[in-house]
Amino acid sequence: MTALPQTTAKKLGLVIDLDTCVGCQACVTACKGWNDQGAGLSDQQPYGADPSGTFLNRVHSFEVQPPEGEAQIVNFPRSCLHCEDAPCVTVCPTGASYKRAEDGIVLVNEDACIGCGLCAWACPYGARELDQAAGVMKKCTLCVDRIYNENLPEEDREPACVRGCPTGARHFGDFADPDSKVSKLTAAREGYALMPDLGTKPVNRYLPPRKKDLRHEASVLAPLLDIQASGFAGWLDRVLGKI
Amino acid sequence: MTTQPKINLSPKVSDEVRRTTCYMCACRCGINVHLKSGSVSYIEGNRDHPVNKGVLCAKGASGIMQVKAPSRLRAPLRRVGPRGSGAFEEISWDEALALAVSWMKPLRETAPEKFAFFTGRDQSQSLTGWWAQAFGTPNYAAHGGFCSVNMAAGGIYTIGGAFWEFGQPDWERTKMFVLFGVAEDHDSNPIKIGLGKLKERGAKVVGINPIRTGYNAVADDWYGITPGTDGLLILSLIHCLLQAGKIDLDYLAQFTNAPLLVIEDGPEKGLILKNAESQPFVIDKRTGAPAPWDGLGVQPDLGAVYQGHRTVFQHMAERYLLPEYAPEAVAERCGIPAARIRSLAAELADVAFNQAIEIDQPWTDFRGNAHATMTGRPVSFHAMRGISAHANGFQTARALHLLQIVLGTVEVPGGYRLKPPYPKPVEAHPTPHFTSAPGKPLSGPHLGYVRGPENLALLPDGSPARIDKAFTWENPLSAHGLMHMLIPNAHAGDPYKIDTLLLYMANMAWNSSMNSAAVMKMLTDKTEDGDYVIPRIIYSDAYASEMVAYADLILPDTTYLERHDCISLLDRPISEPDAAGDSIRWPVVEPDRDVRPFQSVLLDLGARLGLAPMVKEDGSPKFKDYADYIVNHIRRPGVGPLIGFRGDGSAEGRGDANPEQINRYIENGGFYQAHIPPEASFYKPWNARYQDWAVETSLYETPQPYLFTIWSEPLRRFQMAGEGLGAHQPPDHLRAGLMQTMDPLPIWYEPAPEPDYPLHALTQRPMDMYHSWGSQNAWLRQIRGMNYLYLPTKVWQSNGFQAGDYARVSSRNGTIVVPVAHMAALNEHTVWTWNAIGKRKGAWALDEDAPEATEGFLLNHLISELLPDQGDGRRRSNSDPVTGQAAWFDLKVKIERVGPRDEAEPAFGAIPRAVPQGGDRL
Amino acid sequence: MHPAPSVILFSVFSGMGFGLLAFLGFGFVQAAGWIAFLWWGLGYGLAVIGLLAASFHLGNPKNALKAFSQWRTSWLSREAWASVATLLLLAPMALSDWLGLGLWRGFGCLGAVLALVTVFTTAMIYTQIKAVPRWHHWSTPLVFLAFALTGGAVLAGLAVAQVLLAGLVALLLLVWRIGDGQFARAGQSMNTATGLQGEISVFERGHTAGNYLLREMIYVVGRKHAAKLRGLSLVLVGPLPALVLALSGLAVWGFAVAALLHLIGALMVRWLFFAQAEHVVGLYYGAR
Ligand SMILES: Nc1nc2c(c(=O)[nH]1)N[C@H]1C(S)=C(S)[C@@H](COP(=O)(O)OP(=O)(O)OC[C@H]3O[C@@H](n4cnc5c(=O)[nH]c(N)nc54)[C@H](O)[C@@H]3O)O[C@H]1N2
Ligand SMILES: Nc1nc2c(c(=O)[nH]1)N[C@H]1C(S)=C(S)[C@@H](COP(=O)(O)OP(=O)(O)OC[C@H]3O[C@@H](n4cnc5c(=O)[nH]c(N)nc54)[C@H](O)[C@@H]3O)O[C@H]1N2
Ligand code: SF4
Ligand code: SF4
Ligand code: SF4
Ligand code: SF4
Ligand code: SF4
Ligand SMILES: [Mo]
Repeated sequence: MTALPQTTAKKLGLVIDLDTCVGCQACVTACKGWNDQGAGLSDQQPYGADPSGTFLNRVHSFEVQPPEGEAQIVNFPRSCLHCEDAPCVTVCPTGASYKRAEDGIVLVNEDACIGCGLCAWACPYGARELDQAAGVMKKCTLCVDRIYNENLPEEDREPACVRGCPTGARHFGDFADPDSKVSKLTAAREGYALMPDLGTKPVNRYLPPRKKDLRHEASVLAPLLDIQASGFAGWLDRVLGKI
Repeated sequence: MTTQPKINLSPKVSDEVRRTTCYMCACRCGINVHLKSGSVSYIEGNRDHPVNKGVLCAKGASGIMQVKAPSRLRAPLRRVGPRGSGAFEEISWDEALALAVSWMKPLRETAPEKFAFFTGRDQSQSLTGWWAQAFGTPNYAAHGGFCSVNMAAGGIYTIGGAFWEFGQPDWERTKMFVLFGVAEDHDSNPIKIGLGKLKERGAKVVGINPIRTGYNAVADDWYGITPGTDGLLILSLIHCLLQAGKIDLDYLAQFTNAPLLVIEDGPEKGLILKNAESQPFVIDKRTGAPAPWDGLGVQPDLGAVYQGHRTVFQHMAERYLLPEYAPEAVAERCGIPAARIRSLAAELADVAFNQAIEIDQPWTDFRGNAHATMTGRPVSFHAMRGISAHANGFQTARALHLLQIVLGTVEVPGGYRLKPPYPKPVEAHPTPHFTSAPGKPLSGPHLGYVRGPENLALLPDGSPARIDKAFTWENPLSAHGLMHMLIPNAHAGDPYKIDTLLLYMANMAWNSSMNSAAVMKMLTDKTEDGDYVIPRIIYSDAYASEMVAYADLILPDTTYLERHDCISLLDRPISEPDAAGDSIRWPVVEPDRDVRPFQSVLLDLGARLGLAPMVKEDGSPKFKDYADYIVNHIRRPGVGPLIGFRGDGSAEGRGDANPEQINRYIENGGFYQAHIPPEASFYKPWNARYQDWAVETSLYETPQPYLFTIWSEPLRRFQMAGEGLGAHQPPDHLRAGLMQTMDPLPIWYEPAPEPDYPLHALTQRPMDMYHSWGSQNAWLRQIRGMNYLYLPTKVWQSNGFQAGDYARVSSRNGTIVVPVAHMAALNEHTVWTWNAIGKRKGAWALDEDAPEATEGFLLNHLISELLPDQGDGRRRSNSDPVTGQAAWFDLKVKIERVGPRDEAEPAFGAIPRAVPQGGDRL
Repeated sequence: MHPAPSVILFSVFSGMGFGLLAFLGFGFVQAAGWIAFLWWGLGYGLAVIGLLAASFHLGNPKNALKAFSQWRTSWLSREAWASVATLLLLAPMALSDWLGLGLWRGFGCLGAVLALVTVFTTAMIYTQIKAVPRWHHWSTPLVFLAFALTGGAVLAGLAVAQVLLAGLVALLLLVWRIGDGQFARAGQSMNTATGLQGEISVFERGHTAGNYLLREMIYVVGRKHAAKLRGLSLVLVGPLPALVLALSGLAVWGFAVAALLHLIGALMVRWLFFAQAEHVVGLYYGAR
């Protein structure tokens, strides 16, 4: 279904907190592990000189030099943003790529995919990888096979990467609901979209790193007295006199 | 428009879930292993587990690739060609065990010290240590000596507990968290979960680290300190706090040895003044007279002077108020501006004293004083190898504990909290045992905490009793042994020759040794008679690591999902500040190879050797296997490896063996927790209820409240020996060092000045790799299959480096040529790389052209296990002179640009394969 | 972007083929009998070879027929329809020319227009990709059409080819100039890609191993030689064929040699079209 739905009842997606992400890569292998079973995310030359495999989530790290102050490192997870105006969907010739009307999740119907790769070209965010073994396009499913899965306990009905993230830097929820955790976090922490000018209208939001390296007022530490002048004994008296 | 395809939103996840414990690293998280048709299909975190609460790290979530790795050893191997040639033949277990016994038995009967047993990432030290004790060799240690004994010892000798994973910040309440020199630590997931909590609350995180990655990347403030100078920074912070009087006097007076008196003069100068009953005492402010240190209602006077003896408090304050500790005096050496040091001190003071918290929880202290509430100073600290892997790490760790103590923030709400069995003072630990005799067990455990020179492991002639020279004048407080000196000493026959080396889970021929190339040579060197200098090496590994090629007999282990394990309170448990906890692993899948769990093999060997605790009276094996031991071994009456479900299944801590115990653990998710009552949850060293609970739970035999140690008598005793006082005297060449480094108050000294090598070279643990063993994992190696040496901007620019370049990196020990990359968020005197990414060609079932083996590299080739000759012809080990901790991070280097290359040097020849190379399919 | 041979062959061959078919359809070429058969055969051959080459690019060609389904939104789907429609529609005209059936030329003109529409749809596959700023520009369809017409004219042996060859050179010079600034004009940077402020560089790109994105979207190897290749391809694609045509006095052999030279040039230009196109995903890898 190549045409995009006009609106979706829900807008499910992720909030990723760049102030909290330590770049541990746990979400990367949690995702690989969940999606590898059965569905299969293949690896070529797994023990060879040039290994290469399909992953639906990758964590980069950038070095940021602010205009003033010391350089910083920001860890940056990257997966499908489940765009509202998903160009990857409209370019697809087969209808394999589609956006679900009920919750906005962008999926690939692998049974229909011809592996032309056009959707991966159309995605500005590198969220799609063509699986070398299967010959079809793979992408983040927002763990559609978990979030509604009645075989899983209620509390586990969230994406594998969110469940596994040790710092809790990833949040899952419905952006259409202003009271959801993701909407509130986005509002409170000024969550933003990636490359908004490209008109893809990503659903996922990133929370910016907080301001860093702020100096503290040193006045709390005013010396009790001039130790040079009054000597250690004077200091001792002052200190112990305080009890 | 077609319609949306129908998809199955509720696929069946698996046939069965088995809950056990992860061992992709030593954090020991709980995992749910999903099985489909009997084989592992998916691994996720166990939400109920106290360690990880459902989350997993990158390694844990890739465990399936570890369990299926082609590098897994398949059967016992006996060397048939020269060592290092990789010529092995597969043999049966019976042959393998008989061969091992034929080597070990004669040694036990004649000279047990000629057999040495050292273990690496061992999680069963209470078994391996007990076994070595039964064998009777003095030569046993686990990896702590090359890992982080400074952290352990610095903590035990000061607060009776340590950082490492033996405590944690009060993540729920702390308002300011300061992290010194940690990239990952053993508490991988707990630290991440904790940081997440702080971030959620908007609490402040401060990172003190030359490198701003990982935890330091998310830190709100970063102090890019010059390596090895943390002690200076910390003592300067203490200086600022003292100057402003921002110290917790009440805490110091009640809970530390600050009010005790230091003998001013005479042969006991510097020891704590004792009364006629040999008890230390304080001066009571109410009376001005001496009073028992633990007396009810006593108000210890920090400012007292008694017969000319002044309090520890005064000694401490006088020392750190000296101008040499002023921020201005240390700033340049630390690489941190004085204003920033003051700012940090101010913030610590502000949070500790102006933002103190109070919990509505009455409690009673050991003196009998009742307190209506618990006061907390919500500043917390954590530190690990960034501090401990330097030759001044012990004293730096002490300094950091002192900083916590003056802020009154240990074991209080919002501060640093210890996990059972800690707190546990030096006095509650054994001293080292080392006297061996043919055919006899050792009289007690090998490792311990010395109180003074009289506890050193020296033979009557003054020579070291242990092959690693632990507990000698060179490294008196080497509580974990010196694993890194084992092979060099055995090779040198210094202090004596050994015959058979049993190694377990330690990749000593590669990333776990200093000077790896030399170690490989030591392992293959022959005497003039054509025998190997180290005659026999038995090794247990689960995988085709670099070390395998250098052993004579390989005992292949199972993987972590294929065996029983016991994470015991007798060892390194999984406790939390609010609960003692232990756990197990159990075979959730059956091995498909001819391998056996090493612990069971060890018990089997013990029985074949006839070691008393492993055989029944009729000489038959006492334990069927490790699982049998876990359940039925009794360490002390009522106390076994596991505390849960004892006796009839309801006893906790103490109780008879319960044959159902393992099943009960399995039902419970693989772990057990004994919860601490709320009134006992803080102030544990001084909390009467906690002390009683600890006795009930088998952690102590009697209550043992104690004072934190600002002034350390054990250290002072060694310093005195250096000064010529006392019955036990060191060799003269060590006197000066002892006088300097064994200061009873924390001090700082420069670890290893090397003017010709201007740059510090460090390694960091990647969060997604565990030492050498991550590279065999098909998923993880795609994330990190090679490493760069990161260079700071100055070095990058002044040498004209460009992307794609290699550099020649030299230390006094050697030279490597490695790929480099630029990093700005880095201390300007520091270069660094990820640890243990480089692999030897042919190891780990990888292609010989794998990036790990071509571009990947180790810094280990640059690190010497010996310090330079000090002009007296003697070379001391590259270790902290107090504890023997391997000083990995004292490495200094210089750097030259060599331009683009495509292979790192040194490039060693391929080691022959112990298993075939991994195929194209997983 | 990875200059995959299949896609280069596809777009160049089919472009040239549909260009020739357009000229044949419009009736610019007066041929009959076996000559007509050969000419039409050449057009069909090139177009079909191109389309077959395209199928080699598919990871899962067994579903290929599904590619017709999304003509409402997908240019690739439209291209599939247009190419098949063109080939079917022109078949009677080709038969008529070959066998002299005298079919009304209007029919051929319709097919010719469709052939150019096909080329346009091919171009739109690239043009629509906002993530590749160099492609996402009005000049992309123009260049594709220009190639189709020029190549078609040379193959058709038309004198106008000389004009078209000259025009193509001018167009390429202009388009390259524009294209080189397109990424910057599109305004995407590491800052917009990450939403971070300050000066940004890659510290670690998340995986040391290769992956599909790096292979497919982040092609950097060829760019070093881009300037040289541009010069060479420009000479091959325009001036040299024009010179051969002039020297040969518009003889058949001249057209044949010129077509060959032009084809080689066109392949090189198309290689550059991919190799020099930078996808914004490269921003995450610090490589465009
Ligand atoms: N993922 C993963 N986890 C592991 C391991 C692993 O291999 N992988 N190994 C386990 C083991 S055995 C251990 S011992 C622990 C160790 O855990 P960590 O203590 O985190 O060990 P390192 O990675 O060596 O990190 C040392 C940190 O100290 C910093 N540092 C170095 N010198 C100084 C200094 O002078 N001052 C300061 N302030 N910082 C300094 C380094 O930059 C680095 O960030 O991790 C355990 N956990
Ligand atoms: N340059 C540098 N070198 C360092 C450090 C550093 O910071 N910098 N850190 C040092 C520190 S702190 C440490 S602790 C050491 C770590 O050194 P080691 O303890 O040697 O750790 P590993 O390299 O992981 O080697 C462990 C071995 O255990 C094997 N193994 C894995 N699983 C099993 C199993 O289930 N059973 C058995 N029998 N074997 C198994 C692995 O295959 C591997 O050969 O490295 C030290 N080396
Ligand atoms: S698991 Fe969480 S902290 Fe780790 S890299 Fe992913 S988002 Fe970041
Ligand atoms: S991120 Fe990429 S793949 Fe995901 S919806 Fe947006 S355009 Fe499509
Ligand atoms: S690769 Fe598959 S999903 Fe992507 S555009 Fe082609 S057919 Fe559609
Ligand atoms: S939501 Fe699911 S598929 Fe998407 S990145 Fe997370 S784990 Fe992977
Ligand atoms: S930290 Fe990771 S590897 Fe270590 S035990 Fe936990 S999940 Fe396993
Ligand atoms: Mo370690």
